This record gives sequence, C-alpha cells and structure tokens, in this order.
Amino acid sequence: MKVLPVGEDALLVEVSSGEEAQALHAELLRRRAEGSLSAREIVPAARTVLLDGLDAPARVSAELTAAEIPPAPPRARAVIEIPVRYDGPDLADVAAHWGMPEREVARIHAETEFRVAFCGFAPGFGYLTGLPPRYDVPRRATPRTAVPAGSVALAGSYTGVYPRSSPGGWQLIGTTDAVLWDHARVPAALLSPGTRVRFVPEARS
Amino acid sequence: MTDRALAVVRAGALTTVQDRGRPGHAHLGVPRSGALDGPAADLVNRLTGNPPGAAVLETTLDGCTMRPRSDVTVAVAGAPCPVTVDGRPAAWGAPVRVPAGALLDIGPAVSGVRAYVGVSGGIAVEPVLGSRSTDLLSGLGPAPLTDGTVLPLGRPTGPHARVDVAPQPAPPAELVLRVTLGPRDGWFTPEAVRAFLSRAYRVSAASNRIGLRTEGPALERARPGELPSEGMVLGAVQVPPDGRPVVFLADHPTTGGYPVIAVVRAADLPAAAQALPGTPVRFVAVHRR
Repeated sequence: MKVLPVGEDALLVEVSSGEEAQALHAELLRRRAEGSLSAREIVPAARTVLLDGLDAPARVSAELTAAEIPPAPPRARAVIEIPVRYDGPDLADVAAHWGMPEREVARIHAETEFRVAFCGFAPGFGYLTGLPPRYDVPRRATPRTAVPAGSVALAGSYTGVYPRSSPGGWQLIGTTDAVLWDHARVPAALLSPGTRVRFVPEARS
Repeated sequence: MTDRALAVVRAGALTTVQDRGRPGHAHLGVPRSGALDGPAADLVNRLTGNPPGAAVLETTLDGCTMRPRSDVTVAVAGAPCPVTVDGRPAAWGAPVRVPAGALLDIGPAVSGVRAYVGVSGGIAVEPVLGSRSTDLLSGLGPAPLTDGTVLPLGRPTGPHARVDVAPQPAPPAELVLRVTLGPRDGWFTPEAVRAFLSRAYRVSAASNRIGLRTEGPALERARPGELPSEGMVLGAVQVPPDGRPVVFLADHPTTGGYPVIAVVRAADLPAAAQALPGTPVRFVAVHRR
C-alpha cells in the first residue's frame, strides 16, 4: 500500500488490486463511522481510495502506512436487482469478442453477482465488477454522441448502467427501466460503492 | 403578501445560481460545484445581510438584467462592472436598495470574468442534495438562467451591512498559482516537470466552470497509457494527451484517468476564476505546510 499526498489536505491511497481497494474503502468507512477518521470525501476508484478534506493528512498518512487492512467484510448488504432486456445494439459484437452466441452472453451476465467498485462519470453511474477477466471487452472505436438512459453496457472489466442520456463509448448489451438516479429520492443513487447487484432478465412479452 | 421573486430580463452569456456547492457526494459521482470565486460570493451575502452560503448569481463576462417583484437589497462583487438601477448608476461592492419593479442592470465586466449578485433573502430555488448550485458537468441544480426565468427569493434574515465600498482584490494581470507536486508527477519527464514550474502559460478561451485550460509548452510523459480511474480533487492539475495542463475548478469530474502533475492551493483558485483568456499563468512549487 502506497500513500501519496494530494495538495494540502488530501491523500491518495494506492493498492494493487480492485479487491484491495474495496477492502480499504470498507475499512476507511468503518473508521470514519467510529470517529477515528475525519474526512469530507472518501472516494474509491479502480486501484485507489482518495481521502479529501482531512484535518491532519500527515498523521492519517502515517497511520495508514502502518495499518493492516482486513479483507472486505462479509457481504451483509442486500442484493439490488436490476431488471434487464438483453437487446443492446452491441450484443452481437460482445458475443463475437466472447466467442459464443448472444444468448450465452445474456446467460453469463445474468448469472454473475456484481459489486459496485466505484462511481464516477455521472451521478449514479457505478463501475460494476464481477465478470472474470476473460470477458473484458474494448470500448467502441467511435463513441456514441448519445447513449440512451437505462443502457446496460460493458467496457474493460466493468459493467455500467447509464443513469441519463449522455455521450459514451461502452458496448451496449441491454436496457433497463430501473431509475439509477433520482435526486428527489432518498438515497438519490440506486448504486453506491459496495452495493451488490444482479441483473434479472425480464420475461419476453 | 409581496411576491418575493426576481424576474430575469437579460440572462447574459452564462448566469447560474451558486452557493457553496454539494461536497460530500463525490463517491456517487457528484461534483462539488459552488461559486468559483467563493470570497466574492461570501462578500455579497455579507453585504446584503444573508447568512454565509446563501445562493447568489454568478455571471460570466457580460452581466445580466433583472427586475425584482418586491423591494430588495442587492450587492455586486467579484469582477468589477457598472451597476445601474432604472438607468441610474449604483454602487458596485456595496449594498444597493432596489425598489419593486425597478430594472437592475449588471453591465459587462470591466476586468475579470465573473460578477456575483447577492439579493437579500437569497435565491430560493429548490436545493438538490443540500445545494442550490448549478452543476454544468452533471446537470444537477437549476438550469442556467434564460430570459424570462423567474427566481424565487427567500425571506431576508438580517440587516444589510453598513459599509460604503468593501475592499476586494483586483482581477489578476498575471495568474500565479502555487502548487504542490504530485500525486502523479512521476508520470512526466524531469524536463516536463521543470517546464511546468518555469515556463509561461496562458489562460485558454476553452476554460469553463469545469476547468481552467491553458496554452503553453506541452508536457512530455515519461510513461505512456492511462491510469486506472482515480479520485480527483479541486485544484488538481490534470494533463490530458495534448500535454497542456488543466486546473480543475468546482464542476470537475470526481474521477479521472489522466495523470495529475500537481495540485493548486485552494486559496489561489478564486483568482483563477477571474482570469480572462490570454492572462499569463505561472505555476510555482511550494512545500506542504
């Protein structure tokens, strides 16, 4: 684990895998909840956790460098189920990458339990991990100028759902009616870091 | 009962509602947002008797024109600009009484970029995640003003300040940004780090509330590729593939994959918000306190 200072009052803690980042994130949230860590923002990402708005960054840095991070806690949180239709315009391309028929892509995706590794790009957009590395796919060579809201998509090792229409280069494999972000709702975000997710195919009408 | 509202007659190039933003939600992909020149926003609230953090208007270059529907006290600060009420000159940087139905005009900035307009009672649009700020990256908060927009006002909570003109820093002729290096300065060649800290840059016309873009020497990378996405802070100096540093301002994305060579001190960011395109920029390394 490497602790990099960021400006005057932030630290970027770098670890070697996504799993370690998730474990570190859980541990930092636990410390903030028990009052031993004061941070305005705790932002997990692919291989890092950013701590921003620290009162005493040098002390926190020393503590973290010496710390043993326990593995991520047992999966106590409920699974969020996202209804999906595997009807995306890039499903055939993904099937070609995976070397299997489209219905197999849908089956494997729907049988995977995902976890929100981190959020970014747009409010409520989660980067979901869970697929094994052999199913990594590249981004589209040419990004779309408008990806419809509710698109279920793949890029690299991640699955994501577009909370609203936006430009995007991910491979679109399906569609959901789930509302990923509603600022009038509490919580506004359906998915937050650590959330477990399953995609549930809708019965064909 | 008086109708406490402000009718927008001329919205200007880009006028948004801003307060202190919505920090604390970066882990959900929600930018911080908020007034780019925080001290100017605080000042107009103080001058109009509002609590700190009440929502104000942030204009861009050419001001805006409004008609309040009840008697209000307003104050304009940030970028210096002419202020008139029904065509008669009024004070800038001081409380101004505007009667119901009068026409308040905030003219083009004489220098600087963003003027802040505080109104007694504050702009009372519905908050989103605890903030009334317009976030231009994610679309949260009220849309930028358009001609004809009617903004609700809150109830005044205190008397306006008794000052003639409050002193304010002049917009910068040269923008000196103090930085601490890292976290990814190691991704650049030693020559690039030296160039970053010694060569002259200029503010690019492509700057906005998301970032202050610069023109100047391209910074050469010591290693190719992209970082896995990582969290970004306010003031981060991100270097995209074209090699020109971008200083992240209030509406910056919460995560990103381009390396951050340095971070600008928060105290220097209000001046960055007032720097016109073409303004010379120097990045100066300082040690962490």
